[in-house]
Amino acid sequence: MPIFPPSHLAARPKDLPVPPSPLKSPRDLSADDMQALALGAWILGTGGGGDPYHKLMNVLELFKSGGGARLIDPRGLDDAALVAVLSTMGAPLVGQERIPDAQHALRPLRAMERHLGRPFDAVMSMEIGGGNGVHPMMVAALTGYPVVDADGMGRAYPELQMTSFAVAGLAPAPFALSDIRANDIIISQALDTGWVERISRKITAEVGSTAAICMAPRTGAEIKAHGILDTATQAIVLGEAVMEARRAHGDPVEAILVAGGGIKLFTGKVVDVDRRATEGFLRGQARIEGLGPDAGGLFTVHFQNEFSVGFCGATPVVMTPDLICVVDSVSGDGIGTDVIRYGQRVTVLALRGPACFLTGAGLATVGPRAFGFDLDFRSVFERQG
Amino acid sequence: MKRIGIDVGGTNTDAVLVEGATVLGAVKTATTEDVTGGIRNALRELGATVGLTMTSASDGSGTGSGRGPMREVAAVMIGTTHFVNAVVQRRYLNRAAALRICLPASASLPPMVDWPEDLAAVSNGGHYLVQGGHEYDGRPIAPLDEPAIAAAGRAMKAAGITAVGISAVFAPLTSACEDRAAEILREVHPELRITRSASLGRIGLLERENATLLNAYLIDLSHRTIDAFEAAIAASGISAPLYITQNDGTVVDAATARDQPVFSFASGPTNSMRGAAFLAGIEEAMVVDTGGTTSDVGCLKSGYPREANNVVKVGGVRTLFRMPDLLSIGLGGCTIVQDYPLKIGPLSVGHRLTSEALVFGGSTMTLTDIAVAAGLVEIGDKARVAGLGAGLVNDTIAQVHLMLAEAVDRMKTDASDLPLLAVGGGAMLTPETMLGISKVIRVPHHSVANAVGAAMAQISGEVDHIFRDMERNDLLVLAETMARDRAIAGGADPASLKVVDVDSIPLAYMPGRAVRARLRVVGDIAELRATPASPAS
Repeated sequence: MPIFPPSHLAARPKDLPVPPSPLKSPRDLSADDMQALALGAWILGTGGGGDPYHKLMNVLELFKSGGGARLIDPRGLDDAALVAVLSTMGAPLVGQERIPDAQHALRPLRAMERHLGRPFDAVMSMEIGGGNGVHPMMVAALTGYPVVDADGMGRAYPELQMTSFAVAGLAPAPFALSDIRANDIIISQALDTGWVERISRKITAEVGSTAAICMAPRTGAEIKAHGILDTATQAIVLGEAVMEARRAHGDPVEAILVAGGGIKLFTGKVVDVDRRATEGFLRGQARIEGLGPDAGGLFTVHFQNEFSVGFCGATPVVMTPDLICVVDSVSGDGIGTDVIRYGQRVTVLALRGPACFLTGAGLATVGPRAFGFDLDFRSVFERQG
Repeated sequence: MKRIGIDVGGTNTDAVLVEGATVLGAVKTATTEDVTGGIRNALRELGATVGLTMTSASDGSGTGSGRGPMREVAAVMIGTTHFVNAVVQRRYLNRAAALRICLPASASLPPMVDWPEDLAAVSNGGHYLVQGGHEYDGRPIAPLDEPAIAAAGRAMKAAGITAVGISAVFAPLTSACEDRAAEILREVHPELRITRSASLGRIGLLERENATLLNAYLIDLSHRTIDAFEAAIAASGISAPLYITQNDGTVVDAATARDQPVFSFASGPTNSMRGAAFLAGIEEAMVVDTGGTTSDVGCLKSGYPREANNVVKVGGVRTLFRMPDLLSIGLGGCTIVQDYPLKIGPLSVGHRLTSEALVFGGSTMTLTDIAVAAGLVEIGDKARVAGLGAGLVNDTIAQVHLMLAEAVDRMKTDASDLPLLAVGGGAMLTPETMLGISKVIRVPHHSVANAVGAAMAQISGEVDHIFRDMERNDLLVLAETMARDRAIAGGADPASLKVVDVDSIPLAYMPGRAVRARLRVVGDIAELRATPASPAS
């Protein structure tokens, strides 16, 4: 089983050389790889991003009818290569009825190609966390576009401007959105990605609270400089580690920590969940009472769609952009903020956040203050040395 | 008002006669291959038992009637595992078509995606996807394609398919598309037996469609079986109406039940839990039902099992509809115990207990052996476990207690103390005290708890709906009105209805403060309430 070096979890600081790819590239993904990807993406979703089940089923159906998905190393991209950054936008619950569909996922890509007057060379995820981590695989299995092993978040975040590309100040437009009918919308020009978020969120509500989107096209050079690299592989490695631990009757949580270079923060039982919808977000907190070595302790993890800050007692110990993953202590499965409930045995663990979010601009966008906590970011990984 | 409750299980058919809060008689008979023979046997034995009971208890609180007690029976309630067994064993299923009203949405994953192939092979009667369905806010996705539905109906007829499951996008919010499609199909193919997903509830198209299709594949068996139930009851000299128990611990009349076999899937554990609560005289409790190979842990709220709000697999198929929330762990009287190091289960000797367990002269150590050695129960030959070390016995019992306590705690919804009902053949394995449990109650006569649970069942109404731009209190009032209307339509007495389950969750990324609310009410059967004393108004 490959051990994912923690250095790959972070996008490199500007002056360091690009580390080599951890995978043999290109790699044609198997159905098992897809299962692992979905499992790992759900963990990297840090409580949000939506259950990948339907998108996984789409990929597996396309595989059965001869489709495939080729994962390519972003380092090998031509600087001028043009990559479609794909995602679904909307309410996960609507996706339970209006099931994700590969043909629909392809539509904004085609709309963008018509707008640009040229085809894309590859596709990639906007966010690796949750269902969107599997999203571009549907398009790949349908069309044969290779999938770049990278994304713009390294996890899931609730809004479009919370990407490494937006933090780097790359062009926010053009942006394409397709509903399930024949409606394609292009935002040809926007002040910034925050405005793309505001405008497209309204459109999404109007077309049924679920839409397929194609973010501003990214060049190979932009992805190499500002993408969060190797995250599809990271998700697959995490998923494989969990699956292998289950097969061997081992400890899936330990497997995640080893494979992801993570830190175990707390193990316990959920004793209280407070959830409310405000300003279009699912906000709240879950309180976890310690078990085993953490007996007697109390851990509170706050969320805004995704887990944002974790307190041990009254002390904030972990905060975004570090990844706060709450997983089932027995199965290692990720637990969503919409389904976490009393009595669940959970382990809270941290994975290293992408370096691009540790800059001033990054922290302003996705640091604790962006989620309403008046805290200076300090990585749990610094604390632990 | 007397009621008969019958539990038709895979092995036993149990029957009880209940009046008010009193069990007047109970019998246990063998289930027969034709099912109905077992019911007739049980009713005959029950009649004999009750006749004796009433004669000998004439000075007590009996009814004082000298006529045959069977004539006084106001209702017969049957709970059966027949339909879920048919799915698990892939037997007696009819073919049925799937009609999904969704286009242009939800087309890439066909009906029966992710089903076990052997089940799909025996039941798939063709798939038809047509344009229609609704948005979460009630607007149509696209106009309903009526000609396509008629064409599908004609194709089903030509293929000799006589059952169909219809599922439309967001049908739990508005069933208009499914209702209209059913009308059209009936016009072109009058013999068609139709299941609509809206009648099964719950948001989640694939999982609701799966339940709808399972229902459609069972529809012929369901009609045959319930016809046979009615015949068996009539043949026993009972003229009372028949009700069939549901997953949630309520009943529907036999006519309705014929068209909803999936709603009986979990009636076994549900009736067991409710019967236990009734026998113990409490309504808020945790329940541990320890059998041979598993312990099922559930939670009773207002006397009803808490419902699962997650996917429940039935025969390998993901479903999401009205089912009890149960946690099953591999721990029962037949569970194998290994020493050095101590390992309890999940392997089990199952029905070979009476040949393989130590106390029965076998060579496999089971939890039954440990329980006998610990003096918790007397079964078999105690001398055969005299050699087991006290350390092993104590460590095993301690570990069993820990496993049960953890399972119980997982199923609790908050930290407050609740009583725990211990039922089933392995109830002796439940500890006397448990953290978070106010007291452990060993239920008397628990061997017929299922039939008792059936006899006391009531009628329910449920909603699962997305409300927008409403205050929480207002939307809960509206949800309750909707649930009450459904219960009354199902035959409930309006005056007896009460809310037993309410759950609301705000929805992220939806405009207009959208809240998804689930609410369920239950009440007495109106016919049973209509006593001569009090005609309404």
